[in-house]
Amino acid sequence: MEPQYITLDHGSGGGRTAQLIAELLLPAFQNPHLAPLGDGALLDVSGPLAFSTDSFVIDPIFFPGGDIGKLAVCGTVNDLSMCGAVPKYLSLGMILEEGFPVEDLKRIITSLAHTATSCGVQVVTGDTKVVERGHGHGIYLNTSGIGEVKWPGLSPQAIREGDQILVSGTVGDHGTAVMLARSGMLQGDELVSDCMPLNQLAAAALSVGGVRVLRDPTRGGVATVLNEFVEGTSLCAQVQEDAVPVRPQVEAACSLLGLDPLYCANEGKLLAVVSPETAPAVLEALRSTPGGEHAAIIGSITTQFPGRAVLKTAFGAHRVLSKLSGVLLPRIC
Amino acid sequence: MLCEADFRRPQGLERLVEAIQDPHLPPMRLMEVCGTHTMALARTGVRQLLPPQVQLISGPGCPVCVTPANVMDEVLRISALPGVTLTTYGDLMRVPGSKPGFDLRRQKALGADIQVVYSPMDALELAKAHPEQQVVFLGVGFETTAPGTALAVLEAQRQGLKNFSLLCLLKATPPALRALLSQEDFGVDGFLCPGHVATILGADAFQFLPQEYEKPAVVAGFEAGDLVASLHLLIQQVKGHTPKLENEYTRAVSQEGNQMAQAVMAQVLEPKDDTWRGLGDIPLSGFGLKPEFAAFDAVARFGFSPAPQTAPSPCRCGDVICGRIGPKECPLFGTVCTPDNPVGPCMVSGEGACAAAYLYRRE
Repeated sequence: MEPQYITLDHGSGGGRTAQLIAELLLPAFQNPHLAPLGDGALLDVSGPLAFSTDSFVIDPIFFPGGDIGKLAVCGTVNDLSMCGAVPKYLSLGMILEEGFPVEDLKRIITSLAHTATSCGVQVVTGDTKVVERGHGHGIYLNTSGIGEVKWPGLSPQAIREGDQILVSGTVGDHGTAVMLARSGMLQGDELVSDCMPLNQLAAAALSVGGVRVLRDPTRGGVATVLNEFVEGTSLCAQVQEDAVPVRPQVEAACSLLGLDPLYCANEGKLLAVVSPETAPAVLEALRSTPGGEHAAIIGSITTQFPGRAVLKTAFGAHRVLSKLSGVLLPRIC
Repeated sequence: MLCEADFRRPQGLERLVEAIQDPHLPPMRLMEVCGTHTMALARTGVRQLLPPQVQLISGPGCPVCVTPANVMDEVLRISALPGVTLTTYGDLMRVPGSKPGFDLRRQKALGADIQVVYSPMDALELAKAHPEQQVVFLGVGFETTAPGTALAVLEAQRQGLKNFSLLCLLKATPPALRALLSQEDFGVDGFLCPGHVATILGADAFQFLPQEYEKPAVVAGFEAGDLVASLHLLIQQVKGHTPKLENEYTRAVSQEGNQMAQAVMAQVLEPKDDTWRGLGDIPLSGFGLKPEFAAFDAVARFGFSPAPQTAPSPCRCGDVICGRIGPKECPLFGTVCTPDNPVGPCMVSGEGACAAAYLYRRE
């Protein structure tokens, strides 16, 4: 069969839109809430609820370790999980560019549906628009999600001196993988994005107890989230450089590109601040959950440099970790 | 075999660390010439190990930082020409011209075709893929990037590309050091010499420091272990008044350097007088394309005449680059001028002294 492409008709709301929904979307997302195809989904949920939204414009659309579809589920599922919620329902908004290959769209939808199933969420409502060629980068997605809050009270305000800082695995994988994929500098699978749903890891940590706050360090990386934890307080997030797990490939790529793994985006890692009493048990719970094998305690909350995130280097010196400013740019030499 | 990571760990260096921390060391001012050293010293925390009387001064070794504002104005002009695709290393995107806020990011947002590349070869590929566009590569850097840039020109010639040109802003390190040393108020006691430049030129390129100026000099690598070991060597020399050239970075730097790279540079590039931010005009401190490569010279194709510098700016990047003041002594530092909103190039570049001082500040 000849390759097929998205045309403006697919976004018209008419026959081709219905066909796209019937042939591609409904089979992928089959569930009782979506099936009636009303103007919205009617849901059974019990409060309190967490509600979050995220948009996805990643380039390249397919990257080592994932694609925009998988990312779109993980992004919102992870945000909900960090609120102490069990993610339940997603909406899916698609903005497609005229001429986008239908085959690519199928791949993305399949991956999206697969990821949603794997974390127990249902795509229950959606919308598709098509923009003229040249007015979009192939495909943009938006997902919004609802989750039922099972572990309330997570907040940076709950952080106390002496708390431990945990990360669920290696840092900087997604940012460096995408950067290198974009540059075409590296072929093969040496560097793979860590893109994955965090609902299981979050549940594992929260079930132990003593978790003050959870955050997934996406754009801006671990350093930026640590700043958000202590900004404007009298507390200091202090991290030990050699305790932070970093893949050797990521370290090498970062030194080549002039990046710092602590500022590179992650899409499948969580940072947790945990009471000193339960930290060992939370670490154990993370490590025995798939995707958390390399979890580590990377530092603690002190009062040494109030309001700041600080890294203690292998040489015993301190350096302040500021928030990320601007976009990460590769350097010259 | 040792790998790079082994030079990052402090194991086995305790005695050297202790020696450079010695509170009884005599007062001295040492210059790290290279921007990558500036950043590495801050990132690893090695800078903090030194006692207060041992001062480290950042030198003119950040290529972005030494590019004058009026030169950036011309770059901005060329980027906006119809039919031009400007390719550049990422650092330059945020360097303002003489008007605050006017940078390549802004030009791109307003419709200029500007692409960040990782190598001049990427620019060549773009030129091949878009024969309708004039692809200009912004060649910024020192002797480290010069050979690769020269190779790209040779390759463009071999392939007969008609739509690729180089805007050659490459600079030479040794003449800038000579210019610094000839300044009367330049009180630096020893140099941490740039390991990457020395990889190309050879350690011998820095022999003139001890031989002509009686200044201690150590060619240094970039990992924490390299920095500690090199500083130790340098401090010993200054302390003992025994100026000589030592090479700590022997795993990459030979005495005579990379001769193949030098040959490519000599084939394509020729020294020319150049202007450095903060240092002014320095004879034979830059590289231009040789006349036989004029077909690939963006200067010939689009013209290039930086306007004379106008009123002095309160930005003191020039003084920072020369080591006359530290970043924090500039009145704009951390208030008007931050990495989010840089006024001068030392705050823009990931290798700039001000960016390093701001990002890794300790208060």
